[in-house]
Amino acid sequence: MNIDSIHNGVVIDHITAGSGMKLYELLGLGELDCSVAIIKNAVSRKKGRKDIIKIDAEIPVNLDIIGYVDPGATVNIIKDGRLVEKRELTLPDKLVNVLKCKNPRCITSCEQELDHVFKLTDKEHKVYRCIYCETKAN
Amino acid sequence: MKSLIDILDLTTDELDELIACAEDIIANPDKYAEACRGKKLATLFFEPSTRTRMSFEAAMYELGGNVISVTGAASSSAAKGESVADTAKTVSCYTDIIAIRHPKEGAALVTANNASVPVINAGDGGHCHPTQTLADLLTIWREKGRFTNLTIGVCGDLKFGRTVHSLINAMSRYEGNNFVLISPEELKVPSYVKKDVLQQKGIPYEQTTDLMAVMPKLDILYMTRVQRERFFNEEDYLRLKDSYILTTDKLKAAKPDLAVMHPLPRVNEISVAVDDDPRACYFKQVLNGKYMRMALILKLLREAGKIK
Repeated sequence: MNIDSIHNGVVIDHITAGSGMKLYELLGLGELDCSVAIIKNAVSRKKGRKDIIKIDAEIPVNLDIIGYVDPGATVNIIKDGRLVEKRELTLPDKLVNVLKCKNPRCITSCEQELDHVFKLTDKEHKVYRCIYCETKAN
Repeated sequence: MKSLIDILDLTTDELDELIACAEDIIANPDKYAEACRGKKLATLFFEPSTRTRMSFEAAMYELGGNVISVTGAASSSAAKGESVADTAKTVSCYTDIIAIRHPKEGAALVTANNASVPVINAGDGGHCHPTQTLADLLTIWREKGRFTNLTIGVCGDLKFGRTVHSLINAMSRYEGNNFVLISPEELKVPSYVKKDVLQQKGIPYEQTTDLMAVMPKLDILYMTRVQRERFFNEEDYLRLKDSYILTTDKLKAAKPDLAVMHPLPRVNEISVAVDDDPRACYFKQVLNGKYMRMALILKLLREAGKIK
């Protein structure tokens, strides 16, 4: 299957197979006017199978979201048809308005304007906790 | 340190400093009688409280300062829908330091993030209650003379008992301590306290439902109340509220130098007859709480440049 190369835009590559749609939703790519392609289960030399997202526009992408969902992914910035930057990702220390705290006793449950902030408390097990009530994200 | 939200905001050196200051206040109260002259403490209590609010207010008065107060959400702008963040910004204009109690977890952090004066968490729902822990620590220090090599039993509501979580956090920073967690199955310590504090630091602990089986080995027995206000379901509260009642008979099995502590108020988890036992420390805890709050107010106001 062929998807045209993009001239100016962003390619999120090496996404763990099956995580592409989750990233698409969390990054809000459905709200963009430009072309966005999701390739699922592409053959990968590194991973066997992978997902790829191609965004046909130079938009800023939230690297924290990608790092949280899939720190093994790579973000490639394409300009004039050439790869100009390749960004490696890590688990972000803090996530702002990516996850929602589900604890009904948390202050975020009643203060509508408050950012939902989670911090990485256990890197090994990828545990994030709400900074307000310490509830674990799931 | 601008504010105190969680007991872990204080280093162990800072805790030592607060304890030394509290001891000095106890020994030389006159020295501190004008220390906060002309300064105002705002006590914002959006949840019922007797001792914590009075303790803060007594502390500020004994330092020569003044107090302005809000009690209950119904009598404040919160009833009109004002956010905690806006309340913090507004109250900062009137006062030098804020102590806040709020039923929602994290409300004190939101206050600190928005206030321009130091903020003290006086209890945010079931989350943290660091100044109670300061009272507990001064009591342990005065009763035991050390923070190390203690077998600390905590008994009752360990799920919603914020004082327990803070105490475990604080005491797990000292060497040689181990914890005995005594509770009904439904009110066990949350997994994050076990995993992130006890297991991560390799601190020995055991969980049990049987208080009497562990009584002989305890150096400290920290009793807690099953809190009606933490339950969504009244039936669960009624079923669990009398799980543990400490009596003079049960204390016969305990060490002669056991320290029986309780953050108060008690309902019936400690029999009134225990009050006469020299091992009962819970009313000393109340007094110690006032001294530690005095020490904390002094520290925060000094660090904010509001007093010398």
